Amino acid sequence: MDTFAAKTQREDLDSVVIRFAGDSGDGMQLTGTQFTQSTALMGNDLATFPDFPAEIRAPAGTTFGVSGFQVHFAAHDIMTPGDAPDVLVAMNPAALKVNLADLKRGGMVVVNTGTFTKGNLKKAGYDNDPLEDDTLGPYRVLKLDISKHTLAAVEKFELGTKAALRSKNMWTLGLMMWLFGRDRQATVDWLRQKFAKKPEIAEANVAALNAGHAFGETAEMPSGIGCYQVPKAKLDKGTYRNVTGNEALAWGLVAGCKLAELKPVLGSYPITPASSLLHALSKLKNFGVVTFQAEDEIAAVCAAVGASWGGALGITSTSGPGVALKGEAIGLAVMVELPLVICDIQRGGPSTGLPTKTEQSDLLQAVWGRNGDCPLAVLAAATPGDCFYMAIEAVRLATKFMTPVMLLSDGYLANGAEPWKIPDVNALEPFPATQHTAREGFHPYLRDEETLARIWPVPGTPGLEHRVGGLEKDYNSGNISYDPDNHHRMVKVRAAKIDKIAEHIPPQDVCAGPEQGDLVIVSWGSTFGSVHQAVRNALAAGETVSHIHLRYMWPMPRNLGDLLRGFKQILVPEMNNGMLVRILRSEYLVPAEGLNKIAGQPFKVSEIETAIADKLAASK
Amino acid sequence: MPDTPTKKLTRKDFTSDQEVRWCPGCGDYAILAAVQRTLPTLGVKRENTVFISGIGCSSRFPYYMDTYGFHTIHGRAPTFATGLKLANPELDIWMITGDGDGLSIGGNHLMHVLRRNLNLQIILFNNRIYGLTKGQYSPTSLVGKLSPSTPMGSVDNPVLPVGFAMGAGAKFVARAIDTDAKRLGAVLVRAHGFRGTSFMEVFQNCPVFNDGAFTDFTERATATETQLHLEHGKPMIFGKDKNKGLRLKPGALELEVVTLGEDGITEADLLVHDERNRPLAFLLGAMQPPEFPVALGVLLCEPDDSFEDRVLGQVERAIQKQGAGDLNALMRKGHIWTVT
Repeated sequence: MDTFAAKTQREDLDSVVIRFAGDSGDGMQLTGTQFTQSTALMGNDLATFPDFPAEIRAPAGTTFGVSGFQVHFAAHDIMTPGDAPDVLVAMNPAALKVNLADLKRGGMVVVNTGTFTKGNLKKAGYDNDPLEDDTLGPYRVLKLDISKHTLAAVEKFELGTKAALRSKNMWTLGLMMWLFGRDRQATVDWLRQKFAKKPEIAEANVAALNAGHAFGETAEMPSGIGCYQVPKAKLDKGTYRNVTGNEALAWGLVAGCKLAELKPVLGSYPITPASSLLHALSKLKNFGVVTFQAEDEIAAVCAAVGASWGGALGITSTSGPGVALKGEAIGLAVMVELPLVICDIQRGGPSTGLPTKTEQSDLLQAVWGRNGDCPLAVLAAATPGDCFYMAIEAVRLATKFMTPVMLLSDGYLANGAEPWKIPDVNALEPFPATQHTAREGFHPYLRDEETLARIWPVPGTPGLEHRVGGLEKDYNSGNISYDPDNHHRMVKVRAAKIDKIAEHIPPQDVCAGPEQGDLVIVSWGSTFGSVHQAVRNALAAGETVSHIHLRYMWPMPRNLGDLLRGFKQILVPEMNNGMLVRILRSEYLVPAEGLNKIAGQPFKVSEIETAIADKLAASK
Repeated sequence: MPDTPTKKLTRKDFTSDQEVRWCPGCGDYAILAAVQRTLPTLGVKRENTVFISGIGCSSRFPYYMDTYGFHTIHGRAPTFATGLKLANPELDIWMITGDGDGLSIGGNHLMHVLRRNLNLQIILFNNRIYGLTKGQYSPTSLVGKLSPSTPMGSVDNPVLPVGFAMGAGAKFVARAIDTDAKRLGAVLVRAHGFRGTSFMEVFQNCPVFNDGAFTDFTERATATETQLHLEHGKPMIFGKDKNKGLRLKPGALELEVVTLGEDGITEADLLVHDERNRPLAFLLGAMQPPEFPVALGVLLCEPDDSFEDRVLGQVERAIQKQGAGDLNALMRKGHIWTVT
């Protein structure tokens, strides 16, 4: 489908995928974010995918320093940031080199010719100038010396060439806003607020933005380049905003603690891609949130456990390498049966792995990765907005069952944005935590008969002085016990308590397709969008396929086994080398098969569609 | 509702029902007794008193105190204490650690709790050996220590605990001997009165794996010659005949031992102890027998804001300035749009 037939009038498009790409110093994340904001305000549904290098400032002009931001917006509801861009904005040769192969054939490429110098071409690994040979033959090309246009636009501010060129992302944004009929006012307001203390910088950027827009209006465009509009999407009634996974997670944790009537104490150590959660919570001091940037990952989780023992809700945020370091302390929290929320924003592993790329490879670490028989609850958010609700669930289960809860998100959810219907916090069901005060018959390991949760006696409570620790406890007194039968019993009780959680979570649903049949796709975490879209596409094409998406990873919903056994084939797409698939096979003895993508990138819808088609063809 | 006990608490009120399981003759007994005797004199409430430890012989300590106690994981006690204090700053926290727990596996956390000045008391039991794992050398063992893991003698240089603490920015540093009940008690009282991290090194004899590690200055017969008991504002005098003293060696940044009455030395020539003088505290802490006496008592005491006061003060100020947070309002700030 060629979405860009040449026309002079604004042409309606159903959906567009734009990728902004440039040097990591070119401000592409910012450009993408601003384009996204204006798109959200236009009422489109959208999804974004920021993709940036691990280096903060990789050498300028190199391919490994290329930073990209993809935004997919549409007149209908969408699930993913799009498989392949319709439009590529390449601010330098390296950005073109890295991204061109992804662009749809016939797609539009906007190139800043001002950066196509001999030196930059060489750094990007081009022997010949791709603007001169047939490299861009299959595409519609808009070649502009954006650098020169920007310098002219901001000339009167006398900033000097280097500073003036910083505005070239705004010039480009202005042009893109004209091409797709976006309103500039939100960006103008944002620039004036951001540079409130440097008004000349603010105005230079506004001038560049306006100049880019004016260029679109007045310049004669080459054949094949038109201007477009994407009508509003039909969304549920309500008030919306854009939200990233880590923002939603921070708000969800605060909301959860409010519902539990507990003070949140976050212990955290900076780690990509979890740091923005620490930043977000650190700004919420007036919500009574206490944040502690610890000296390391271990100190961070231990402080959270200490806070929970003291009657607050201990939270720690990290990524896979941090979870590995926290293992022993999480084991202690399991042993002393205290609430704890561990947010694991997964990234590519093992070891340091791919810090800025997404992956789902901590599932087995989350469920099993500690010494001893050490069960805890594991949840996984499906979308950026779902991070809010799963954070609340994590707080609810941690306090109801006196247990650590691991909440899995990933780099894709953490940084990706989607329009989100803002909930009314006052309409959420409170679940106040109870702390034990009764002296009669007290010992620290008294349990709730129904949930098996230990009581929560908090230091400062008169008459309940007691000792806890990592040594095995006597079931009947909480004193240290090396008794063999008692240890057996305690291991079983800790496991039974976690298992009981399954009775206090929603049953598993089939979110698309029939409740039984030939093929079900079982996904978890951030693959929700591409899997759901692919299944919906297959259903629309008349195929029979179903989608089960898990958010409760451990314990799993009680009805999951029966659901799975209703399908002949079970396909489990995961961004890892096969983790959920192993759990499903071992727990339910079902013939689940994996579809694995371990590229640091999310699944494309088409990849899932192909897998569905292959499976269905094989079963015919 | 907290019901404040009106009756005066005694040592017995702080003694738990758990059987003490240290080796016979262990210095830990003396330290436990000193703490249990001192607490009633401090006017503290049992329910607000917390003992937190890591792992090791000394870290069994909380089980023997009838207060709140948390026997955590190896080396990490400072971090649990930090979270606990941020959750409830009213709690009065004592942290028990050893030379292995505090200076080896937990050295990092000890450094950071000291520089932050979290309000708690730290008692580091230094026996210069690993007891619980059966006798390997520790980071305070002297070079040449024969142990199961160093059959030809240890080769690494020992760390000086008080030097480490001061280097990390500790504001209160003191030292005592396990069996010197009176002076240990006095140090505990001073440490408790300090609003910040009070670091105490207690020389503790391990009769099983490192017996007599400190006898060169703890033997009662020679103690007056080998111990210098510091008192703020008082000249540094020691010796059986109270005729020895410390002064700065003329022309050098070094201490030297002098004898009153010899070479015209009078009390006026001696150094006067000043708890706020950090360089002096460092010199005193580094003194080793036999050339010097071992400095005991409060080496350094520099009052400053505590960590939790600063952290929780920011929370309070944020609430005063911005008002108590409203999540519905927060989530509706910035670019929002309504679909009707």
